[in-house]
Amino acid sequence: MTIDMSQFYEVFFDEAEELLAEAERLLLGINIANPDNEELNAIFRAAHSIKGGAATFGFMDMTEITHVLENLLDKIRKNEMALTAEHVDAFLAAKDVLKMELDGHRLATEVDQEQVADVKMMLKQLSEAGAVATPVATDSTVSVSATPPPVEFSAVAEIAQNEIPDGTSCFNIVMPDITEKDVENLQEELGLLGLVALSKQSDGHFVITLTTDSSQADIVSICSFIVDPDDLVITLKTDASPVKAPQVAEIKPVVAETVESKADTGTKVLVQEEVGYGLFEEEGKEKQEEGYGFFAPFQPHPDAVKANLIGDDTALTLANSGTTSAQLAASTAKVEATPVSTASQDADRRNAGRRESDKVPASAEASSIRVGVEKVDQLINLVGELVITQAMIEQRISMLDPVHNEALINSVGQLTRNTRDLQESVMSIRMMPMDFVFSRFPRMVRDLAAKLNKKVDFVTVGAATELDKGLIERIVDPLTHLVRNSVDHGIEIPENRRKAGKSDSGTLTLSAAHKGGSIVIEVTDDGAGLNRDKILAKAQSNGLPVSENMTDSEVFSLIFAPGFSTAEVVTDVSGRGVGMDVVKRNITAMGGSVDIRSALGFGTTISISLPLTLAILDGMSVSLGQSVYVIPLNLIVETLQPRAEDIKTVTGEGRMVHVRGEYLPIIALHSLFNHATDITDPTQGVLVLLESDGKKSALFVDRLVGQQQVVIKSLETNFKRIPGVSGATIMGDGSVALILDVAALIQMGQSTNYITGAASFSNQNNQHMQSNA
Amino acid sequence: MSTDNVMSNSKAKSAEGEYLTFVLGAEEYGLEILKVQEIRGYDAVTQIANTPEFIKGVVNLRGKIVPIVDLRIKFNLGKVEYNEFTVVIILNLHGRVVGIVVDGVSDVIALKEEQIRDVPSLVTSIDTKYIVGLATVAERMLILVDIEQLMTSQEMALVDAVAA
Repeated sequence: MTIDMSQFYEVFFDEAEELLAEAERLLLGINIANPDNEELNAIFRAAHSIKGGAATFGFMDMTEITHVLENLLDKIRKNEMALTAEHVDAFLAAKDVLKMELDGHRLATEVDQEQVADVKMMLKQLSEAGAVATPVATDSTVSVSATPPPVEFSAVAEIAQNEIPDGTSCFNIVMPDITEKDVENLQEELGLLGLVALSKQSDGHFVITLTTDSSQADIVSICSFIVDPDDLVITLKTDASPVKAPQVAEIKPVVAETVESKADTGTKVLVQEEVGYGLFEEEGKEKQEEGYGFFAPFQPHPDAVKANLIGDDTALTLANSGTTSAQLAASTAKVEATPVSTASQDADRRNAGRRESDKVPASAEASSIRVGVEKVDQLINLVGELVITQAMIEQRISMLDPVHNEALINSVGQLTRNTRDLQESVMSIRMMPMDFVFSRFPRMVRDLAAKLNKKVDFVTVGAATELDKGLIERIVDPLTHLVRNSVDHGIEIPENRRKAGKSDSGTLTLSAAHKGGSIVIEVTDDGAGLNRDKILAKAQSNGLPVSENMTDSEVFSLIFAPGFSTAEVVTDVSGRGVGMDVVKRNITAMGGSVDIRSALGFGTTISISLPLTLAILDGMSVSLGQSVYVIPLNLIVETLQPRAEDIKTVTGEGRMVHVRGEYLPIIALHSLFNHATDITDPTQGVLVLLESDGKKSALFVDRLVGQQQVVIKSLETNFKRIPGVSGATIMGDGSVALILDVAALIQMGQSTNYITGAASFSNQNNQHMQSNA
Repeated sequence: MSTDNVMSNSKAKSAEGEYLTFVLGAEEYGLEILKVQEIRGYDAVTQIANTPEFIKGVVNLRGKIVPIVDLRIKFNLGKVEYNEFTVVIILNLHGRVVGIVVDGVSDVIALKEEQIRDVPSLVTSIDTKYIVGLATVAERMLILVDIEQLMTSQEMALVDAVAA
């Protein structure tokens, strides 16, 4: 049977990318002088998983690199070699090469073979250097089955502990009724994942025991080529038993042994366990306990039952009789409840287990699924529909007699709550922690600082803050730019910092926090800060309209002006401004804003404020004639009903309103939109003061309807862009309301003669509009 | 037009198929049935500022914002009134959903190639390039419209100008 593996490539690519990112994060965080064993193990596991995946899919170049990487890591992990900064650099370089190769496979980008060879060489050299120092077995990834059979239990355990990589698991897979040939195929396929042993149960079902570093999902996906995954009974053990490995080697040839000999094996292990508790650390115990999983396919020995194996056996019996996984789960729960040997041992084991799950992000993966974004979006859309329908029902219900329809009204109330909960949870699916973005910066800062001979401490705050996935992806580029700018131009070289009375190493802080309905991301450095005078001078020479009276914030905003850039000027802010206009534009396009705070000599903070999600908007609905429009709430400064004496004109037209000493232009929405309405006098209607891009205007509408959250729908999907309208939404009654594009409205209002008609819009519908009006 | 021959050939070939026929004033039109998503009544539409008169606005079609065009206004046909008998044909043109208001929907008929005739050059408010052909069915003349070309054309102002 042939399998088109390419359909799984994407999964591998995604996983490998995540693992690489995780490995990099750990490498950057590692304490070189005193590395945390768990961290080293985690890095090792990542490398190992990539190796396994790459081998499965036949990416031999990646397998080779990970193999040498693994060797070196393994030695460090086992304290045969001390971790040095050199190692970390080599690992990071290896990570880069792997990433390059990954991209090579995925996107068909160029792979620099020389670099690959260099890194491989470097890793090998490092690895050999260590081997000389400690004459212990050099090839640490000896195949498990090659391990010599046990002579003395304690010795076995020691060998096993050394030679079985962490992160492997043992699975017992009970096959449904399938032909022997299928079983063979399956065994072959699973062999790609790890070590496989085949046995036959008394009831005729085949059982495959698999030692692997892959997850249960991987196994299921492989098995699903041949058998219905629902028919499979897979018993998962978190960690491979060190004991189990030699047993595999020993037992494999004698699968068809009689019950007696199996019983022997059972007792043997029992002894081992007892010896083991004295010898191993907690982790070792854990493994040993788990190791019994290997015997699940065999008939348990009565002794073994007596010893604290009851739980496993129950699982086994159930599995044998072909039970569902639900029942299996129940029996697993029973394992926990079954009193085992002594309470302290039990607690030990659980602790070990918990720690195991703490440090293995891979195990958390088993509880998550990969779903296409479009499916999630579809779900969100449907829930949006549900919310609208629900609102309609509520509206209808409110017209009913509350006395006669009490039960119905109560039920609808409950429906309302459930719908809201549902909507909230569905919306949260799209939310991702900012860590997703932040995690890529430590490496960049480290490399950049090294290149520039600067010392930079990189701090992130609020990495758990959640943001819509769409925004997360789009914030990466602007943030990268800002961080690079801060390291490059913000933080000074150590010498200058000392002169300024600051510590040698600068601090770069990346923080994210929720503020009201938006998320605020700040890039803060304690560097030189922006020089107001120099920016002003530069702006003047560039011909920008500036004056001495501008506020600091206005002056600093000048660096966002297009063309206000390049290193040819203002030495200490040189380069700040390269592409800053792009940063600003990107963020504005996301519906966010950028603000700069800076003090000369003390540093700079660039603060980005973004809406939490692209899909939902806090809006104020206003009415105009028969229509309802929605204005984004965050752009509304205030609303007021003007007195006649506050309305001023220039040359009899160009109406303005006098608010708190300011004269703001009045933009009449009805004339802008050629919309019929009875209210043409501002004193009869409502003025909504809007602020966008630092410009204020007063939008004249008929009246305010109310404040509500609306789901943004694109007009462009089936229609086209409409000037002054940024989108549409569906109101509680099912009707469509347009969302106003405030920035465009202000611009339209300021362009010449809107009052006398819509002639100012340079769009193709001009003649139609005239006839319309 | 030098390509006339080529065009009429290809038109005739592709014109065979099932058509939904609808009425605009006294004339009967047909459009390819596969482009039709559904037929529904005329609901309250939300007006859109600064658009031609024949674009009635947008409606909420199960969560999608769908523009509605009144072909009666566009082609100056029939009496423009909106009541419970007003019909909207919802078209799905390569994923873009658009509604058209017509006087009525009459039938779905299968047309064979030999039933379809070329359109003579005429001066009409509907450009003859959007007419696939004319068909005669039981003494009635059917005007077969290439609805996709028509709805995505510049003059319908439904899509952003591509060239701009």
